[in-house]
Amino acid sequence: MTYDLIVVGGGPAGLAAACSAWEKGLKHILIVERDKELGGILNQCIHNGFGLHRFKEELTGPEYAGRFIKMLNDTGVEVMLDTMVLEINAQHQVHVISAAKGYEVLEAKSIILAMGCRERTRGAIGIPGDRPAGVFTAGSAQRYLNMEGYMVGKRVVILGSGDIGLIMARRMTLEGAKVLACVELMPYSGGLMRNIVQCLEDWGIPLYLSHTITDIVATNGRVSHVTVHKLDDKRQPIPGTNLEFDCDTVLLSVGLIPENELTRAAGIAMDPRTNGAIVYENMETSVPGIFACGNVVHVHDLVDYVSAESERAGAAAAAYVLNGVQQGNAITIVNGADVGYTVPQKIRVDNVPKAADIFFRVRRVFKDSVIEIKDGDRLVISYKREHMAPGEMEHIILPRKLLDTVTGNEITVSAREA
Amino acid sequence: MKELVCIVCPKGCRLHVDEENDYAVTGNSCPRGAVYGHNEIKNPTRVLTSTVRLEGGLYPRCPVKTDKAVPKKLLMDIMQELNHVSLHAPVEAGQVVLANICGTDANVVVTKNL
Repeated sequence: MTYDLIVVGGGPAGLAAACSAWEKGLKHILIVERDKELGGILNQCIHNGFGLHRFKEELTGPEYAGRFIKMLNDTGVEVMLDTMVLEINAQHQVHVISAAKGYEVLEAKSIILAMGCRERTRGAIGIPGDRPAGVFTAGSAQRYLNMEGYMVGKRVVILGSGDIGLIMARRMTLEGAKVLACVELMPYSGGLMRNIVQCLEDWGIPLYLSHTITDIVATNGRVSHVTVHKLDDKRQPIPGTNLEFDCDTVLLSVGLIPENELTRAAGIAMDPRTNGAIVYENMETSVPGIFACGNVVHVHDLVDYVSAESERAGAAAAAYVLNGVQQGNAITIVNGADVGYTVPQKIRVDNVPKAADIFFRVRRVFKDSVIEIKDGDRLVISYKREHMAPGEMEHIILPRKLLDTVTGNEITVSAREA
Repeated sequence: MKELVCIVCPKGCRLHVDEENDYAVTGNSCPRGAVYGHNEIKNPTRVLTSTVRLEGGLYPRCPVKTDKAVPKKLLMDIMQELNHVSLHAPVEAGQVVLANICGTDANVVVTKNL
C-alpha cells in the first residue's frame, strides 16, 4: 500500500501536521515515532506555560501533547512507535527499522519531516578542563529527573540562560539541589523574561551575563569544581575576574540544532542560517511532495507556533496529494540589516491565498523600531515594533496584493530603529 | 517602594510598587502591568508543577500540578507533601492526587495519562 502521507516524528509538529492533513481529506496517514509514546519533548516539559495562544489557557507540556493525542485518536491516522526512520528519498520512500517488524521500506505520496531538534553538547562549544561525569545537557537532565526518576546532582552550575536551562534551575531547586549560578556568554539572556523571574529570581539564583565557564575540574571522575570568568567585548576571559564554584554537576543550555540527517541525505536543499531545510510559503522543501515543519525547520520559542506552522504543512501535503504539484515562480526572501534568517525562504506568489506568514529573528535588542520589506530600493511595507530581541521570534503577515507588486525576484527584510 | 520587571508581555516594563500606598504601581505602560505589579508584591502566587512516584506505568514518575496558583511561600511545603505520594498506573490527566493541598484551596492533579 502507498500511504497518502508519512510523517517522520510524533512530537508536537508531527501530531499537528497529521491531524491537519486528515482534516483536509487524506485518509492513509502514518506517523513514525522512535520513542515509545507520542508527544516528543513535551513529555519531559512538565512545567506550565504552554498553549496560551493555541488554547487560551496555560497547560503543562504533557497536557498540551495530550490535547493533540486526543485529537489524533479521533482520526484514522496510524502510528508506528519504537520505530526509527533510517532514510527517506526523493521518490517518497521511507526506510524504517523496529525491533517488532525489522527493516521495511514504506511508500508514500507525500512526506512531512517533523524530527524536531537536539541540544548542543559540550563537544559543540569546547569547554576547557577535565572530562568527568556530571556534565549534562539541560534537556537530558530534565528527562532523567521528570520521566526516569533520577536526580542528576546536588550542587549545580548552569551554563547558558536559554529557557531549558532556566526551567531546570527551578526544577533542580524544587527537588532539593543547590543551584549556584546561571552563567551566560551573551550580555543578555536567551530566555523569556517570565522564566528569568520565576526560575532564577524567585529562588535567589544569580545570573552572570557576559560570563562563561573557563575550567571544569574533576575529583574521582566526577565534576568537583568549575571556574567562571567575565568576558570582554571580544568574548575573551578577563584575567582576575574568576568566580570559583564547588559543584558536582554542570548543566548545558547552549542552544538547539535542528535534527536534519535524513533531510540532508535525501538531497533536500538546506539553509545554513537555520540549519533546517529551505522551505516555500506552504512549508514544502526543494523536493516536491516533501514538507517540513516545527523545530526541524527552525527553532521556535513557543510550541503554539510549532502547531500552527505544522498545520499549514499538513494542509499543504493534503493539497499536494489531492490537487497535484504546486507551480509558479518563487521570490527569494533575503535577510537585510540585523535580521538573522527568515522562514519561509521562498514564496511562490501564485500559491499565496490572502497573505504569506514570514517568521524571522533579529540579531540584537531593539526598542522602538521598524521592520521593512523592500523590493530593490522600493519600500513595500513596514511594520512598527515596540520591542524586539533575538530570543523572540518575529512574525509578519505580508498581504498577497503587495506581493503581486514585487517586480524583482527577491525581497529584503530588515530592521532598524524608528 | 519595590522594583520589578513586568512579565505580562515581552516588553519588560520596569515597575515600581509602593507598598505604603496600597501597592500602587507606576512605570507600567498598560493596565495588565498594574494588576501584575500589585499582585506580585502583595501576594505572589505560582502554579507548582512536579512529579510523584508511579508504580506499574510506562515511566516511574508521573507529572502533576496544582490546579490553580498557590502562594509562593508554600511551594517547598507542597513539595514535601508530594514526596509521600505513590500512585499506581493507570492514571488519568485531571485525577486528583492531593486535595486542598497545605490548606490552599488548590488540588494537586495528574497532568498525563500513564
